[in-house]
Amino acid sequence: MSVTHMSSDSDLNAWPGSPASGFGHRSRGRTLRNALARAVMWTAFAVAMVPLAWILWSVVSKGGHMLLDSHWWANSQRGITNRIVGGGAVHAIQGTLIQGLVTALMAVPIGVMTAIYLVEYGRGRLAKVVSFTVDILTGIPSIVAALFVYAVWVTAFGFQRVAFAVCLALVLLMIPVVVRSTEEMLKLVPNELREAAYALGVPKWKTIMRIVLPTAFAGIITGVLLGLARIMGETAPLLILGPYTKNIATDLFGGLMPTLPTMINQDRTEVLQPAVDRVWGAAATLILLILALNIAGRLIARYGKLKN
Amino acid sequence: MAKRIDLKDLNVFYGAFKAVEDVTMTVEPRSVTAFIGPSGCGKSTLLRTLNRMHEVIPGGRIEGSVHLDDDDIYAANVDPVAVRRTVGMVFQRPNPFPTMSIADNVAAGLRLNGLKNKKVLAEKVEASLRSANLWNEVKDRLSKPGAGLSGGQQQRLCIARAIAVEPQVLLMDEPCSALDPISTLAIEDLVTELKSTYTILIVTHNMQQAARVSDRTAFFNLAATGKAGRLIEMDDTQKMFSNPTQRTTEDYVSGRFG
Ligand SMILES: Nc1ncnc2c1ncn2[C@@H]1O[C@H](COP(=O)(O)OP(=O)(O)O)[C@@H](O)[C@H]1O
Ligand SMILES: [Mg+2]
Repeated sequence: MSVTHMSSDSDLNAWPGSPASGFGHRSRGRTLRNALARAVMWTAFAVAMVPLAWILWSVVSKGGHMLLDSHWWANSQRGITNRIVGGGAVHAIQGTLIQGLVTALMAVPIGVMTAIYLVEYGRGRLAKVVSFTVDILTGIPSIVAALFVYAVWVTAFGFQRVAFAVCLALVLLMIPVVVRSTEEMLKLVPNELREAAYALGVPKWKTIMRIVLPTAFAGIITGVLLGLARIMGETAPLLILGPYTKNIATDLFGGLMPTLPTMINQDRTEVLQPAVDRVWGAAATLILLILALNIAGRLIARYGKLKN
Repeated sequence: MAKRIDLKDLNVFYGAFKAVEDVTMTVEPRSVTAFIGPSGCGKSTLLRTLNRMHEVIPGGRIEGSVHLDDDDIYAANVDPVAVRRTVGMVFQRPNPFPTMSIADNVAAGLRLNGLKNKKVLAEKVEASLRSANLWNEVKDRLSKPGAGLSGGQQQRLCIARAIAVEPQVLLMDEPCSALDPISTLAIEDLVTELKSTYTILIVTHNMQQAARVSDRTAFFNLAATGKAGRLIEMDDTQKMFSNPTQRTTEDYVSGRFG
């Protein structure tokens, strides 16, 4: 690549990247910058991964063995003190699953319908207000949602602190996740499909119910599972609205309902080994549960994806 | 079955933008009419006013009138959904419903409009696929996804889907522009067969195609980008391609612009 003779036309036309100058070599400056960028990227990746791996390692190494005991999956902590080895986490697992399910039953219809409104119908000011409200909900700290429900449920209405109140707080946290993910999925449905249905004389609402939603179904389910994974680990609403108990309790409207986060919280200041083991065991169980939901969400996203 | 279409002083708008201006034309039943003209002159826009799909777009509205036989399809008491059952449409890109099988795609319009009888549905599916010249290719895999067919087969599937609801008019917006030459010929043959039953309007960029399939040709043009498209001339296809009255028509069909 010499630039000394400028006599022929082809040389004049050859700028560094032009085909006339051949493929040449990557310049040293670019090689250097490339290496630098790569190093920065890997460092950032490592910085993000180290704490994650660390957390997983400490939880699994300290609590993993609890999960191998069949009692863990069969018993509650009823009658078991911090000096006694044994008992299980069934009461807390049950509570977490029940609250997750009840929350989803309320949050999913509201969230999906809101997303349908925003994507399929929403125009003008009302749509902007709704969208803005969802943005605000997204940013609400969970403890604020919990205090809000406490103010309404306990202070204003004078009800007890029960599992259902926890669910109400969790609903506030789950709705924005469901709305945003469902919105994305509905937007991915090509407009051509809606038009194809309209052109067959299918009314709009039926087009949405029978064409748009089924097409986006897998994505919506994925979003719901990820939203569920997010709220199942929430702790603030539980601390404020759903005190722990060692017993199996499944009544949404009366008494206490134990959950994995409150089980962890219960014994977190203990120093005696049986109780410490239980804390880590409950933590490992919660991570496992959330991991399972995440994996299920990803699998549905992958295998239920739109063909074509 | 087929109906006559009358457009009178039709202006079509996107919000404040007038995309099509002052179109008056008559389309006879059981004929094929080709819409030709350079990109952006409003062919698709005009076509979509004929089944009231234009108003699906925010800001979409018209002035003037559109009659099917003697019915004003824009009259105040007319349900656009009913108009669309009468005036079917095939789009530029094949768009079968991805969640549905071949048979379900064809049956979609009927089923979503409340037909439940399985036997009747199966009969209509077969009849429509036969009319669309697709039956022999798909009869052994009716329960497979429609998206698994080739582009040309998908487009014929979409035609089968459109005619399954027994419309009177069939609108086709560049139905072959995404297809290979063999599939294109298959669709052209199909259009020629379907014209004994339907009134067909077809937008095409392909002059040979317009010459091959249509009885009448309408040429649209626009004075400049950003201006409204106008109907320049409409006549028998043969005359439009051999001896048009307007100079711009001659320039366009002979490939001098557009
Ligand atoms: N959804 C839309 N919103 C606003 N303007 C549009 C829209 N679709 C088309 N137009 C405009 O209308 C005019 C006619 O477009 P179109 O009917 O698609 O032309 P053709 O089909 O002849 O190529 C063009 O100027 C185009 O930019
Ligand atoms: Mg067009």
